[in-house]
Amino acid sequence: MPALTETIALARPRAAAARKGPSRSLDTLFRVCSYGAALFVLVVLAGILGSILYGGWPAFREFGFAFLTSSAWNVGTEQYGALVAVIGTVASATLALLIGVPVSLGIAVYLTQLCPGWARKPVAMTIELLAAVPSIIYGMWGLFVFAPLFARFIQIPVSNLVEGMPIVGTLFYARVPSGVGVFTAGIILAIMIVPFIASIARDMLDQIPTVLRESAYGIGCTTWEVVRHVLVPQASVSIIGAIMLGLGRALGETMAVTFVIGNANRLSASIFDPSSTIASRIANEFNEADGLQLNALMALGCILFVITFVVLIIARLLTRRVKAA
Amino acid sequence: MDASNPMTLSESAPHRTGRVRSSRRIADRVLRTACLVATIVGAVVLGSILLMLIIQGVQGFTPAMFTHPTPGPGSEGGGIANAILGSLVLTGIGITIATPIGVMAGTYLAEYGRFSKIAGLIRFLNDILLSAPSILIGLFVYTLMVRPMGTYSGWAGGVALAIIAVPVIVRTTEDMMRLVPGTLREAGAALGAPPSTVIMSVTWRAASAGIVTGIILALARIAGETAPLLFTALNNNSWFSPDLMGGVANLPVMIYQFALSPYPNWQSLAWAGALLITATILVLSIIARLVIKPQMSR
Repeated sequence: MPALTETIALARPRAAAARKGPSRSLDTLFRVCSYGAALFVLVVLAGILGSILYGGWPAFREFGFAFLTSSAWNVGTEQYGALVAVIGTVASATLALLIGVPVSLGIAVYLTQLCPGWARKPVAMTIELLAAVPSIIYGMWGLFVFAPLFARFIQIPVSNLVEGMPIVGTLFYARVPSGVGVFTAGIILAIMIVPFIASIARDMLDQIPTVLRESAYGIGCTTWEVVRHVLVPQASVSIIGAIMLGLGRALGETMAVTFVIGNANRLSASIFDPSSTIASRIANEFNEADGLQLNALMALGCILFVITFVVLIIARLLTRRVKAA
Repeated sequence: MDASNPMTLSESAPHRTGRVRSSRRIADRVLRTACLVATIVGAVVLGSILLMLIIQGVQGFTPAMFTHPTPGPGSEGGGIANAILGSLVLTGIGITIATPIGVMAGTYLAEYGRFSKIAGLIRFLNDILLSAPSILIGLFVYTLMVRPMGTYSGWAGGVALAIIAVPVIVRTTEDMMRLVPGTLREAGAALGAPPSTVIMSVTWRAASAGIVTGIILALARIAGETAPLLFTALNNNSWFSPDLMGGVANLPVMIYQFALSPYPNWQSLAWAGALLITATILVLSIIARLVIKPQMSR
């Protein structure tokens, strides 16, 4: 709790400033400036939404609701639909969560429960530095280092194994085993969101009162039981918030995905096939686009805005609720 | 965290002694191993990325890199001097715009509007803007500046980077100013200083290391941003003109275009640029952590 006088002195500056003549105007100016700067955040967010709505409106008007359900993307005939990009975005982000969440939670548990004291700081630092690496570097790593290895040791053997099988045969069969595709994008995204989820989850686990863990160990629980029955229930809401935050990042990630997803406009049931996401399509086509194609790309941007902002709002509400409690 | 406190000795899990039912022991072992493996995977990936950059980047690292502009398609040699300079200018514009706005907004949230509703809303939206897809910010600045001006420009690139940097600075500034104890402000106010003086000469001074950290973190964040620059500053193979109109060469977009090009000399320049930019960002992040340490450590 802040001290009472602080509230009086700063939340009601007029009372304090009333006495001083010359410095009063300066004081007001400072207050107005800081208020204006804070409003800037509101203006920018409104501006982002306004500008892409304005740019995407012609496409929404032209295609109507069919824009969402059409898988066409043809520059020649000017037919545009968002379906492939939306599915690619959701699929790659979902794969990223499926791979990234267990790894992040593992790292968080290791750092807070198992890691010997001397190694804690360097290990935490290593994981956090992963978050600082620019996304384009992940793209290059994914395309030049990971994709060839992935094609050789996973795609080709798995494709050979499942060829002709029902369901798995369609889901895991790569027509061209080049290493790029939705699954590769999911893995790269997973690596990119792991440091975020891990560091938030670690903070949340650290906040759990030590006495809870100690009592659990005291009655003879194993580490697994402490994690499963004490730590996870305590931190579950905020961990879900952290996961949603990672999801928001994965949905909007551009450069890394553009490198490894293959940028094909094709609806395929196989997660090894190339596809595209909303962000990768905008990055690829925007500079050469004009007319209706530009509007269609802006409309894709609108859809991305809505999806990510809903996810991020839920994430922030979940992580905040715990902080307040 | 606190090794000196005997009450928190059991920071990490105790070693098992005595007999435990085997199913429980196995579950425990599996968890411990899985967690260790997850951490190792994270470390191996970081190591692999750095190794790739060093192996590939050092080959392209030549003195000519710092003196020559990027080569045209099919021509030999060349460097990335214009891209380095362009990146410095764009990042410079971005951080120059973002710092005053970010620090003032953070000040408002921490001092004046700590309990107001509008500040709560701004704080919430700022957190959302912090993780908003940067490509949308590129689209925004494209509509705001590139379309009306009719040309790609360094100014638009700088503004796009500033919009990405502002939420980072707002967040750290607010957090750091909140750590300043209220008694310091009271002491200032008791001397008759108006709120602006208290903020500028007491709170800012006490929180300065943290605020600087926020600015360094923002710098590290925008230095490698590519997506928003694609539609704003784009790229250019020549030295930029001082009015910053037309495409401005910059490292991230250069890396993107050159890495995917068929020319070997372009590719090696892309790797050299990637090594340079990653090394810079990692050093900035480590510096930020070292600056923040004395303030944040509990």
